Amino acid sequence: MQALSVLEILRAQKKLRNSVRGLLGVIFCLSIWSCEATSSVEEASRDGILIMGNTAEPKGLDPHIVSGVLESNIIRALFEGLVGAHPSKDGVALPGVSEKWYPTNEERPDEWVFELRKDAQWSDGAPLTADDFLFSFRRLLTPALASDYSFMLYYIRDAEPYHKSQRSYLLSRGDANFTDEWWASLKEVDFGPNEEAEEGSFNFKGLDFLTAEELKKLRAKPELFAWPETALAKTRTKLVAQNLSFAESKRDLWDLIEFGATAPDKHTLKVKLNSPIPFLPEITKHYTWYPVPKHAVLKHGKIGDRFTDWTKPGNLVGNGPFSLKSWRFNDHIEVTRNPRYWDKDNVGLNGIRYLPIANLYTEDRMYYDGQMHVTYTIASELIEYSRKNYPEHVRNELYLGTYFIRTNVTHEPFTDPRVRLAFSLSLNQKSLIDNVLKGGQKPAGGLVPPFGEYPASDVVTFDPERARKLLAEAGFPGGKGLPDIEFLTTDKESSKATAEALQAMWKEHLGATIKIKQMEWTSYITSMFDKDYDLAAGGWIGDYLDPLTFLDMWMKDAGNNRTGWHSEEFQKILGEAAETGDPTSRYTLLSKAEALFLKERPILPVYWYTRNYLLHPDVKGWHPLILDNHPYKFLRLEPGSEGKKD
Amino acid sequence: MFRFLIGRLLQGLLVLFALYTITFFLAKAMPGEPFTSEKNVSAETKANIRKLYGLDRPIWEQYYVYPKNIITEGSFGVSTSKGRSVGDIIAQSFPNSLLLGLCALGFAVGIGVPIGVLSAVRRNSWVDWSCMAVAMVGICVPSFTIGPLLQIYFAAHVPGLKVAGWGNPQDVLLPAFTLGLVAAAYLARLTRGGILEVLSQDFVRTARAKGLSPAKVIIKHSLRGGLIPAVAYLGPAFAALISGSFIVETIFQVPGMGQHFVNAATTRDEFLLLGVSLFFGFLIVVMNLLADILTGLLDPRVRIAGQSD
Repeated sequence: MQALSVLEILRAQKKLRNSVRGLLGVIFCLSIWSCEATSSVEEASRDGILIMGNTAEPKGLDPHIVSGVLESNIIRALFEGLVGAHPSKDGVALPGVSEKWYPTNEERPDEWVFELRKDAQWSDGAPLTADDFLFSFRRLLTPALASDYSFMLYYIRDAEPYHKSQRSYLLSRGDANFTDEWWASLKEVDFGPNEEAEEGSFNFKGLDFLTAEELKKLRAKPELFAWPETALAKTRTKLVAQNLSFAESKRDLWDLIEFGATAPDKHTLKVKLNSPIPFLPEITKHYTWYPVPKHAVLKHGKIGDRFTDWTKPGNLVGNGPFSLKSWRFNDHIEVTRNPRYWDKDNVGLNGIRYLPIANLYTEDRMYYDGQMHVTYTIASELIEYSRKNYPEHVRNELYLGTYFIRTNVTHEPFTDPRVRLAFSLSLNQKSLIDNVLKGGQKPAGGLVPPFGEYPASDVVTFDPERARKLLAEAGFPGGKGLPDIEFLTTDKESSKATAEALQAMWKEHLGATIKIKQMEWTSYITSMFDKDYDLAAGGWIGDYLDPLTFLDMWMKDAGNNRTGWHSEEFQKILGEAAETGDPTSRYTLLSKAEALFLKERPILPVYWYTRNYLLHPDVKGWHPLILDNHPYKFLRLEPGSEGKKD
Repeated sequence: MFRFLIGRLLQGLLVLFALYTITFFLAKAMPGEPFTSEKNVSAETKANIRKLYGLDRPIWEQYYVYPKNIITEGSFGVSTSKGRSVGDIIAQSFPNSLLLGLCALGFAVGIGVPIGVLSAVRRNSWVDWSCMAVAMVGICVPSFTIGPLLQIYFAAHVPGLKVAGWGNPQDVLLPAFTLGLVAAAYLARLTRGGILEVLSQDFVRTARAKGLSPAKVIIKHSLRGGLIPAVAYLGPAFAALISGSFIVETIFQVPGMGQHFVNAATTRDEFLLLGVSLFFGFLIVVMNLLADILTGLLDPRVRIAGQSD
């Protein structure tokens, strides 16, 4: 054929060889050039820089806008709240911006006083006063800011009606003849948005959200708004007139409330609550309670402006042990010592570098390659490998979270508590943990994970015998006659493995055939909200260290309930607990509520979460904490600790 | 040529408009909203968020406002999941993707084309078969297999190479190799096919009959025509390479643009989704146009057709 001459081929091959040699040479030179540097971790340990895996790029660094764990990991370095976390003890508060705090009445702790340190200052040198806290609270509650974590401040008197723009309530409350009974008779009125109403209609928007123009239209044409029959014509006209005159006055609802937080002087913050909360200092550890610098925020925009530049590098002013050094989008965020921090002498690190590594396997490989000190997690497939090859590095710690399965109590057969109980008793939690999850999780004995003085429940057990009996009593002996049941879960591989294990258990112990329905995350959440499921995988991570964070979500109208279950008795006990100031009797009441809840079992608790991650031995002062919020100022780096014993 | 360009530009605008319309309505058809999260928020908060992003307006208004803002203000909206403007996200991530894509392309052309030529020249020999077998493997083995294999068996043992990360010049090597492999394999096959077709043409026989050296026949007379299929492929392939890849970026921790296509969809971040899709569409249109022009320069037949049009 048209072959090249031998000579030509040789020449071409030589050329190719030369170019390959050239390419190898380039790679070689690049390697030599970077060979000078040691591995990132060794170098960083020497420089006192902690390198942390942090799963993803944060939504932002404004404590009032974000709502995730990964953002909180950075925010806790840049800002500090009224009280600080203890490096090794859960539920212990150390001084933060506040030096001293106490309830005005020990018996009924519904009003707290925080004495702020006089030398408190922002990282730009401006003094930090009680006024900054008042500004921060108001900003988080400003409706236009559209924060989705504002409810963390609802404990404060009048925070909720302001944030929810409850105009009619606040206006009526000022009337001389206002009574709670009269107001309760109007609870069917769509004051707030009614998502079930026709889109764009006045009921969809809610009476309290109508503008002056819309209210004028409504006054002219009353049929534009659908009222329940309980609302008398007189009341309707009055409410519309009141709303209209307020809307026309262009005033802010802030003028109508008696906000609970006040500042008797520059260095004292007083917080009046709706009901007694003995654990308020625990709540203030959450970043929604942190101060933001009034002067810096207002320099870049108004109080309700969401997208301003105040958190950009160079602009961000904080009060934490560290300040923002650099932020490369999707690459890293680095913080460095804040020289104006009040406790700067006790800060052990020079800085922290956060890496937004979304891929679990990449994160673990980077760790093995010596590129970071702490991973966010370990891929479950790599736990065994890590235990074998990095035994000193693997951490397995209990975390304040519970994995459970929601039952839809409005769907057959889960309307019957016996069926729910049977489905729960047939779950072999230990087998699931040992054979599928392999992350050292703890079988859940109840809903609230064990911590502190709270008596953890142990009523959830594996008892297939009893499960079968209960199912037979409910009319489905051996699973016969059960309707089609779907188990809703997410589209992750690990969710599938868990779902299949549970499916097999229900088949084996109850004879029930369950179909698994995997859905992409947002669709899964949406289906759950719409109660379009029979059984659904779920879980809950506590926001603060108190059983209430796991219990109040099962109230009748709580947004995270989603099971359709509610109980008057349960609400009554929680109501009693809310009025109880004494911590011990309060825990007894909460424990009683939990027992009642578990007896009804609208959810099937499966396991208590653990956190599995890799931690380099160079990192000192890092202790297991159930909320996993390690206060960074107590951490230190000691280079070359690997292989040595503590 | 001018009329040809104008025609192509108008076609491109039409394509972008169709792309926008389809993406917009698909985004609206997805269940859930950008702020759907595990923790439920009150109806009041949802109303506030919808108002903030203009999602409370009628759908036809939203459909019309987005392109209007692009044209009048140059604004692609604010990402609901990243809390920054979509324009900023593209500006921050595209340069990284461009660099990675260019390296991947350089690798693909530098390896793919010579292999294709070699295969064509030594058709049906063991050289041809082994080259094409390797190319087939390159096409078939996905990047999520190649990437981790390179990390575990290569990067972890070569000093100076990091398993993942972005910051030093050498960090581009492994992701570029992974990203460019498929394109290299395609190019090899396309080049081989193109050259073989040209080699059977009359003018090549004439050239050979004139007594030209085989190398000259290949390089001067066959390569130009033989590369036409490869160039046609390179236009859209180039756009795809420089707009990033979700898999390569997440495996090698590259702060590029590809991940936003996937993340925007899963987080229902419709402004980001529209922004990156339109940007990608724009790149495709431009690259196709460039490929057409380049083909015209390479292929006299296209050039004549274009002029006589």
